[in-house]
Amino acid sequence: MCTKARVLFAFATAGLVLGSQASAEEKLILLNVSYDPTRELYQEFNAAFAQHWKVKTGKTVMIRQSHGGAGKQARAVIDGLKADVVTLALAYDINEISRRTGLIAKDWQRRLPNNSCPYTSTQVFLVRKGNPKAIRDWNDLIKPGVSVITPNPKTSGGARWIYLAAWGYALKHNQGDEAKAREFVAHLYKNVPVLDSGARGSTTTFVQRGIGDVLITWENEAFLAMEKLGRGRVEMVVPSLSILCEPPVTVVDKVVDKHGTREVATAYLQYLYTKEGQELAAKYHYRPSVKAVADKYTGKFPKIDLLMIDEVFGGWDHAQKTHFADGGTFDQIYRPGQ
Amino acid sequence: MQIRGFWNHRCAIARKTAATTEPFAVRFLLIGIAMVFIGLFLLAPLAAVLVQAFGDGVGVYWRSLRDSDTLAAIRLTLLTAAIAVPLNLVFGIAASWAIAKFEFLGKSLLITLIDLPFAVSPVISGMIYVLLFGLHGYLGPWLSAHNIEIIFAVPGIVLATVFVTFPFVARELIPLMQAQGTEEEEAALSLGAGGWQTFLRVTLPNIKWGVLYGVILCNARAMGEFGAVSVISGHIRGLTNTMPLHVEILYNEYNFVGAFAVASLLTVVALITLVLKSFAEWKFKQELRVS
Repeated sequence: MCTKARVLFAFATAGLVLGSQASAEEKLILLNVSYDPTRELYQEFNAAFAQHWKVKTGKTVMIRQSHGGAGKQARAVIDGLKADVVTLALAYDINEISRRTGLIAKDWQRRLPNNSCPYTSTQVFLVRKGNPKAIRDWNDLIKPGVSVITPNPKTSGGARWIYLAAWGYALKHNQGDEAKAREFVAHLYKNVPVLDSGARGSTTTFVQRGIGDVLITWENEAFLAMEKLGRGRVEMVVPSLSILCEPPVTVVDKVVDKHGTREVATAYLQYLYTKEGQELAAKYHYRPSVKAVADKYTGKFPKIDLLMIDEVFGGWDHAQKTHFADGGTFDQIYRPGQ
Repeated sequence: MQIRGFWNHRCAIARKTAATTEPFAVRFLLIGIAMVFIGLFLLAPLAAVLVQAFGDGVGVYWRSLRDSDTLAAIRLTLLTAAIAVPLNLVFGIAASWAIAKFEFLGKSLLITLIDLPFAVSPVISGMIYVLLFGLHGYLGPWLSAHNIEIIFAVPGIVLATVFVTFPFVARELIPLMQAQGTEEEEAALSLGAGGWQTFLRVTLPNIKWGVLYGVILCNARAMGEFGAVSVISGHIRGLTNTMPLHVEILYNEYNFVGAFAVASLLTVVALITLVLKSFAEWKFKQELRVS
């Protein structure tokens, strides 16, 4: 596995729990710390990669998963969760790990194609069957009596993309007036009865618990909800404008060097860009970033006018500071119970 | 307890020797309210868990319990309880022995500290370990340099569980041992018994049902703890998920049968706990009657 002390410690404690771990010294283990809605994608992708790696190198690799709101997951890695790779919802959270701990090289986002985003997505609406509240676009969400479900931007990456998409929509319709945009977003969050900590929590709130008239969520999460949990009970509404969401991936340098897993961890992420990886991304409703595969699926994904974070908000670090840091616009506008 | 109380009440009515003689309608109403309340808030959720767990048939139920991640969660929960309960048993007996049989400086402070885990929210109980052992915590850099993993690993989960289950045994024994006093021990000592012999032959038999009672409650909490463990777990599937955490994960993956199957196991643990607890109470009362 790695150093002697670690192995001994694992024997003394975790080894008791996982008899299998002790017997297979050759077995490589990767921990992928990911955000909330990627559970199904990585479940299948991990099995595919393990098979690929076995064929290619003859070695067995086991990939462990941890899921949760992206901000919360980044926090756990900062506090010492030993992730070999992180696959989070937005670049800021990975920047934050890099800045606060130095576990990840500063130039991480240049190491893999397409800004280290093997797949992209956007944010759409999910409404009850037949769309009883006639929700078509962002401005329908601020109407009185419309109850909106979205996760908490403080802990969820998806929620931050949603917040920015709403802000961008308001900017566009008010000739770039920041004060009007702020007022629009404040109105929208007045209609939010519950903020879950991650996207998956919000989906269960909306679909399973039946709270709210509209759920704003990842396009992939909306497809999945229509296909699995809410089949025949919910439908997707595509707004006139949304945001291009780029969930990036990277190797956690200091952890893989310590575990001796850099080679397999790098190959794991690169496999996301192969035809197999891209097909799986499309299967779980992520927009493939490799053109050859993306072209095949143009019919699957709705055509939406997509804002770019770098153009409208000057990149993630700036957007985070303005909107989501303590005292940012979200803290100013979100006043529950008022 | 509930049933016995109800039964005693009925007997009292039959013998017409009840101290309080409420009109029939009032009795009926009070008992009715209690029963409806218990039915609505205790039995209905319990039944719902089982209905959901067996919703797709017994075969699916067994298959979801045999899932490797679920088995890992069960093993981790058992391991955690197997470490936390004996530790708190030893500590609980030692602390209550010291408190009940001796006078010393700082005794009331010790009693207060034992209650601390009951007073703080479990989330805080988890957070303190992140503050202590996290990469940026007080001990984090040293632990990291020596490749010792505490939080987001099994040791952290055990530590958090030990912390939240800390008071159960001691809290049960202190009043009991205080009530029993020190006469029997003094008699044993004056008859020439050694300290250890006195403890084994005199003190321990006197408190055995109290100990069992404390251990049962301690175990139930150790297996069921969510908040503190959630903060410290890192939620790695098949590695650091205890049963309660695994229930939440399965639920969030739309795997309702799986989630409720694991929940049904926790329910069984709860039912066994209640039966054992009633047994311990019954035995204890019998012994009091004899003595």
